[in-house]
Amino acid sequence: MAIIETRRLTKTFGRIQAVRGIDLDIEKGEIFGLLGPNGAGKTTTIGMLCTIVRPTSGTALIDGHDVGREPGEVRRSVGIVFQDPTLDTVLTGRENLALHAMLYGVPSGLRRKRMDELLELVDLKDRADDITRTYSGGMRRRLELARGLLHRPAVLFLDEPTLGLDPQTRARTWEYIRRMARNEKTTVVLTTHYMEEAEQVCDRVGIIDHGRIIALDTPERLKQQLGGYMVVLRAKDPPLGTIRALPYVSEVKESDGTLEIAVKEAHLHLPDLLSKVPNVECVETRVPTLNDVFIKLTGRDIREQDPGEDLGGWVESVARYRQRGK
Amino acid sequence: MPDGRFGRELLGTYAVWWRELKVFQREKSRVVSSVASPLMWLFLFGGGVGSAISLGGGSYQSFIYPGVLVMAVLFSSVFFGLYIVWDRKLDVLKAVLVAPVSRVSIFFGKVLGGCTDVMIQAMLLSCFAALFPGVNLWMIPVALGILFITSIAMVSLGLAIGSMFESLEGFQVVSTFLVFPLFFLSGALYPVGDNLPGWLQVLVRLNPLTYSVDGVRGALLGLNSFPIIADIGAVALFGVLMILLGSWLFSRMK
Repeated sequence: MAIIETRRLTKTFGRIQAVRGIDLDIEKGEIFGLLGPNGAGKTTTIGMLCTIVRPTSGTALIDGHDVGREPGEVRRSVGIVFQDPTLDTVLTGRENLALHAMLYGVPSGLRRKRMDELLELVDLKDRADDITRTYSGGMRRRLELARGLLHRPAVLFLDEPTLGLDPQTRARTWEYIRRMARNEKTTVVLTTHYMEEAEQVCDRVGIIDHGRIIALDTPERLKQQLGGYMVVLRAKDPPLGTIRALPYVSEVKESDGTLEIAVKEAHLHLPDLLSKVPNVECVETRVPTLNDVFIKLTGRDIREQDPGEDLGGWVESVARYRQRGK
Repeated sequence: MPDGRFGRELLGTYAVWWRELKVFQREKSRVVSSVASPLMWLFLFGGGVGSAISLGGGSYQSFIYPGVLVMAVLFSSVFFGLYIVWDRKLDVLKAVLVAPVSRVSIFFGKVLGGCTDVMIQAMLLSCFAALFPGVNLWMIPVALGILFITSIAMVSLGLAIGSMFESLEGFQVVSTFLVFPLFFLSGALYPVGDNLPGWLQVLVRLNPLTYSVDGVRGALLGLNSFPIIADIGAVALFGVLMILLGSWLFSRMK
């Protein structure tokens, strides 16, 4: 049985349809990525799955508990790491963990052991008794990951876990996420803008746009849909129509004289392709990325969106939920 | 180890309380300043006015000592409650609010945390009681009891108001139009007998803090206008109302 099961999960805010009937089955132990541009409905979807946002219609079961009818059970079964940092910066790392262990009802005999295990796992043992105000951004994120896992949740939700971190710290944070998912055997559901990072860490991804899941598969299979390779070339006045009509070309994107062409079996067809394009200035081939998949599906580049716009997402969702009264 | 739903809620309340104690331990400067200000009222203000007048057959400083205790409790309690606006701004509360603990339990943890802070200050201030002639030192525990109920009521009121505010700009408004009037109209600095003009008399009697001041003054100096038991009843009733209001607003808070 799937650990997360949603059927026609829908959320509307007034006239805005944020999430339009999502059917999703996430298996136990998976690292699942929910990818999409801002306003696509990622944060709202996660919000509904951890009972912060009340669904307008449809159902969602987490580990067999209905988010609408058993919110208490669901909250106990999930861990959440918000997009914006929520550590208590007056407390030490260990005290932050202790506070949450109590709030989540971790039995007192287990608390110390769990805290030590997780501090070890995120390499914060040496700094555990320092006030978290003195932590770097990466350390704070790691402590939040540890905090989210204290009560051994069946599912850990991560909303943009690497937003606002520098590239090196981002890479390390993903490493920790993978390590924790493996050690704790936890199902991880995450959202991210960073497509390259998502395809390295996720077992499966769902691409969400305008509140609907438009693709759902392993990163490899999604990329295979595009064909084998991306041929990137620069040329003066390229004959776009001719290129699109070629049988081995599945997708063409042009921007400022640079063409990105998805080509099946590029090693066979590259000579033929080049013979069709006069005045080639330069050419290179690369493996397609999830971002190429996204462009093919939506006609847009996920990176064209400003990640800053989404920052208030959680706050808004919480606000809307509370307005409805619980 | 508590078991079942009630046990979990109790542990949640304890967790929030424990957090507040940690914060209090780390911000010792807050304690110093919260004790310093009442002492200034007692010695700088009370000393000056007391040189010109005396009240109730004793010194003016002794007369306002109970009032200043209540004032200290009032200010610290309300501002502790209002402080959740800041907690929310810093997202400290967000992670707490998604935990599987009811809002009411979290509210009680906050109230207990605030009362602990405030009562530590009140105890520090009660150490100065011996300096004021006429104060019955044996009655300090009774006075502290009344101050404790007052503190519960005022922290709840602060939390109630804090739950409604989105920004810190409201602080000044609350301070000017709520906290100071409550203080001035409580009889902390003057007797509330028939000497008062009628309109002031009405406002003073409507103010729940009047009964708090009267009770503490009755306990320490024997100068009460109402029976002490009635004072305690009035403050306790106000406390219950504030807990109901506070926990309701806190539960609805965004």
